[in-house]
Amino acid sequence: MLSDKEVEHITQLARIKLTEKEKDKFRKELSLILDYVKKLNELDTEKIEPLYQTTGIVNASRPDEYRKDFEMTEDLNEKLIGQTPHKENRFVKVRSVLKK
Amino acid sequence: MKISKSLTIKDVAEGLRKNEFSAEEIFDHYQKKIKKENKKFNAYLSTFDMPKGNAGYNIQNELYGVPAAIKDNTLIDGTVCTAGSKILKNYISAYDATVIKKLRSSGASFLGKTNLDEFAMGTSTENSAFGPTKNPHDTSRVPGGSSGGSAAAVAADLAVFALGSDTGGSIRQPASFCGVVGLKPTYGRVSRHGLIAMASSLDQIGPITKNVYDAALVMNSISGHDDFDSTTAKKNVPDHTKNIEKNIKGLKVGVPKEFFREGLSAEVEEKVRSTMSKLESIGCNLVDISIPNFEYALAAYYVIVPSEVSANLSRFDGIRYGHSSKSADTLIDTYFESRAEGFGPESKRRIMLGAYALSSGYYDAYYLKAQKVRRLIKNDFDSAFKKVDIIVGPVSPTTAFKIGEKSSDPLALYLEDIYTVPVNLAGLPGISVPCGLGRESGLPVGFQMIGKQFDEETLLRAAYQLEQSLK
Repeated sequence: MLSDKEVEHITQLARIKLTEKEKDKFRKELSLILDYVKKLNELDTEKIEPLYQTTGIVNASRPDEYRKDFEMTEDLNEKLIGQTPHKENRFVKVRSVLKK
Repeated sequence: MKISKSLTIKDVAEGLRKNEFSAEEIFDHYQKKIKKENKKFNAYLSTFDMPKGNAGYNIQNELYGVPAAIKDNTLIDGTVCTAGSKILKNYISAYDATVIKKLRSSGASFLGKTNLDEFAMGTSTENSAFGPTKNPHDTSRVPGGSSGGSAAAVAADLAVFALGSDTGGSIRQPASFCGVVGLKPTYGRVSRHGLIAMASSLDQIGPITKNVYDAALVMNSISGHDDFDSTTAKKNVPDHTKNIEKNIKGLKVGVPKEFFREGLSAEVEEKVRSTMSKLESIGCNLVDISIPNFEYALAAYYVIVPSEVSANLSRFDGIRYGHSSKSADTLIDTYFESRAEGFGPESKRRIMLGAYALSSGYYDAYYLKAQKVRRLIKNDFDSAFKKVDIIVGPVSPTTAFKIGEKSSDPLALYLEDIYTVPVNLAGLPGISVPCGLGRESGLPVGFQMIGKQFDEETLLRAAYQLEQSLK
């Protein structure tokens, strides 16, 4: 079973604020799932290379040319920057990094 | 114009050619049906008044005038794309996904966006922030997931075909529960550019259709290399319908002994076995095979997926787009509170699980270990495919379950994917073909067929021949 301290650490890594009740619920659920996946340890994988993807493609490259598919126009700019919840003109606004 | 039957792509093409209806009329026909019936199923999250698409106004185009439904994790320029999440409730797509561009140029039109488990994480569509979708065969039951809205829309004839996405069974399992056809193509066959990423080493887009022939037609349109998705293979795409009528006499069909295990319901097993006999009766040779590491696939999957999820979903920070907390007053609180308010429980569960599995001190024990096991599973399939042409089995251990029946037990829901997950881990194509109704539940059962890497052609031909023989 995960400890309260471990759950607290995980919420920090995940950048998700949880209530005490949620912490307790997730502590139990995550522990259950982690117990289940422990069955992987039954397998000896000492000499096995990991498989990160299945295509066999290595280093996909393309010609170093200007692609016109996403030419920046006022319209595209608005579509992208326009969605930011806090902004000023063309700029994304973030809240203060340090507490006042 | 009077249309009483459920239309396939072929039916629409024929109707247009014979001037029984125009492309506009058929679009309106479906829009009216959706307006009337969607309340019952909650299959669509949003609909379009005017056909979005139809750039290829040419009756020669394979999908000309065919109204389609699109899973709401796929971007259509200028329209809302929620991914089933509150965090993207008002998000407007800034461009078309590659599959959308391709369908447009094939002449298809888009009716709307379909419901899904939040960020495509789930097996019942109950994880959607916008309420569950209901199974058209029994509205007290789930349609499966995560592409539950797409499968329900096709099953209820609220679209001619739909696109879904499949990371561990999210096309095949809802297709199975709703009694329609669902194909997950080979990893690398269809571009995911414009698909909101869940687990990038597994995600794949594919069709949900009323029959196998339609799935082949949609594959002709959406397959192929894309500069915007570097995992797509630079391989030629065959015409998937060209050889589909050829019989499959002598086809070697592998039956893994591990598929018939504890947990497989009696009615599903019965249907799957009788379908295997059907294959034998049309000339296939059944071959006993083994996927020795089958029972470890789900455990590997539930390490790999949350890990990739935790990375992919880190982009939802409350700053560039999506929900942003109003109460936060520092940058760090913006992250913590926006994500707390915006994500549902399953997203939070997987992000945390992934963050843990990737964290310092645990990476080797979980993530690296799972990727090694993934290699073992791929090796199992590689050896099996030296002996056989396709592999068959169940799609899901059960038929559609009741809404709410399993939602309190995450692990029980994960087990729904036990037969579909290994196929994603090995990057293979898999299809769910309806094979009748379960004896006890009277609900649709899906038959899974798994093909060799990039051999959708043989897979679709086998599925088509089986479908014809089951008629």
